[in-house]
Amino acid sequence: MSFDERYYNLGRLDRLSFRDTPVHRLDPRVKVSATMLFLITVVSFPKYEIAALVPFFLFPVLLLTLGEIPFGFILRKVLFVSPFVVLVGIFNPILDSRTVVLSGIPFSAGWLSFGSILIKSSLTVSAALLLVATTSFPGVCHALRRLGFPAIFVSQLLFLYRYLFVLAEEAMRIARARDLRSSGSSGTGIGVFARLVGVLFLRTVDRAERVFQAMLSRGFEGDIPSLKRSRVAAGDWAFLAATLVFLAVFRLFPVSEGIGSYVQGRFG
Amino acid sequence: MSHHLIEFKDVHFRYPDGTEALRGIDFRITHGESIGVVGANGSGKSTLILHMNGCLMPTSGTVTIGDLQLNARTRREVRKKVGIIFQDPDDQLFMPTVFDDVAFGPLNLGMEEAQVRPRVEEALRTVHSLDLQNKPPHHLSLGQKSAVAIASVMAMAPDILAMDEPAANLDPRSRRSLIQLLKGFSHSKIIASHDLDLILDVCGRCLVIGEGRVVADGPSMEILANRTLLEENGLELPLSLQRR
Repeated sequence: MSFDERYYNLGRLDRLSFRDTPVHRLDPRVKVSATMLFLITVVSFPKYEIAALVPFFLFPVLLLTLGEIPFGFILRKVLFVSPFVVLVGIFNPILDSRTVVLSGIPFSAGWLSFGSILIKSSLTVSAALLLVATTSFPGVCHALRRLGFPAIFVSQLLFLYRYLFVLAEEAMRIARARDLRSSGSSGTGIGVFARLVGVLFLRTVDRAERVFQAMLSRGFEGDIPSLKRSRVAAGDWAFLAATLVFLAVFRLFPVSEGIGSYVQGRFG
Repeated sequence: MSHHLIEFKDVHFRYPDGTEALRGIDFRITHGESIGVVGANGSGKSTLILHMNGCLMPTSGTVTIGDLQLNARTRREVRKKVGIIFQDPDDQLFMPTVFDDVAFGPLNLGMEEAQVRPRVEEALRTVHSLDLQNKPPHHLSLGQKSAVAIASVMAMAPDILAMDEPAANLDPRSRRSLIQLLKGFSHSKIIASHDLDLILDVCGRCLVIGEGRVVADGPSMEILANRTLLEENGLELPLSLQRR
């Protein structure tokens, strides 16, 4: 894939947020709060837990389906960050070689905790991605601001996002100019690459400076204003309440075990 | 009215790398006047425009806008009076959607939503771009971006408009409608451009800048018809004044 195509892919997550589905229509603050609660709940499970985590996939799957977000797209993004997770967890099977017995079957404790890490990371990463895909990054930022996060923190996030495109655009121009003059062979050695990165940095700093001047010219004083005075409606409260009940039930009661023993009792 | 007055007195500016961009600029613009600033590349036009609202501060000399002398304390007030339209619209548009971008200025002025929405829509309608309001700026064509950049400044209802090469990215038709638009504004205008025909159409008075100084100042019809003066400053006669 060429750099140009990669760049245009960058905006894909954003474009998904322009859709109009029940999930997109929820108040951003509600979605941010629900996602945060979800993340905290998932992370709060002990390190050998697997069975109790599985039902939590219901949350991202529901958002995905109701929000009409393509599954493959989210899956690819989750796989994309998985190497970091694998790197973090891969030493568990080596360092932790005890055996634990779960419902009569012995498991290696290390592999169990590794599996748990993988599940937790897929849950948290997909939930965060879905939040952005159904709310848009600026939407999330404004929601954070209105939930009481400090202005400076939220502005930093918004700038990070805006300048990501500035940086990518500059990089695209440089890469195009280089490719046009390197007769087909993309890249002309690490030496050229290193200098290009230097130039990219300087150009981006200049660009960022000019964008900042433009913001100051239009009265920017450290806080990004937002027009959307949306109100939390009954449907939003219902969504938040449903999420809370869902999280509480699956966190506090061993639901999967219950279903398992019910099924065993019925057919076993 | 004195509050649209612009006065530069012996303004010098040196960039941090040592380049002396302005070496003693002097001029005075009264209410409602339209002034063209012309000159070769690197003569200091853009630097001059950036002094209009304190994006750059003079190394020495004074800039006065209305009854305010530009300094770090008055800068914020001055920015409400002077709207700058930058050369590269990409530098000007930074919000996620066109609507948000045009609303950014008015919201920063502390307006309420009920006031902001009609103002944004009116500004966008003025530049014939109302249908772009929900698009992200980085997906627009350059001409569309220029139009939106102008709207984003117009929405703040400034007294004075300062523009740096407003027509550089526009196709002939958009350029023509920009000229009509500018003629319709009652603001004091200061326009830096290489498009001498545009200056001739819009501005009654014209400054020629060379090596950071004002080389000539007078009625556009006189200055822009002076072939020697223009050629000395890296310019040539406007197309409409050239005889073949």
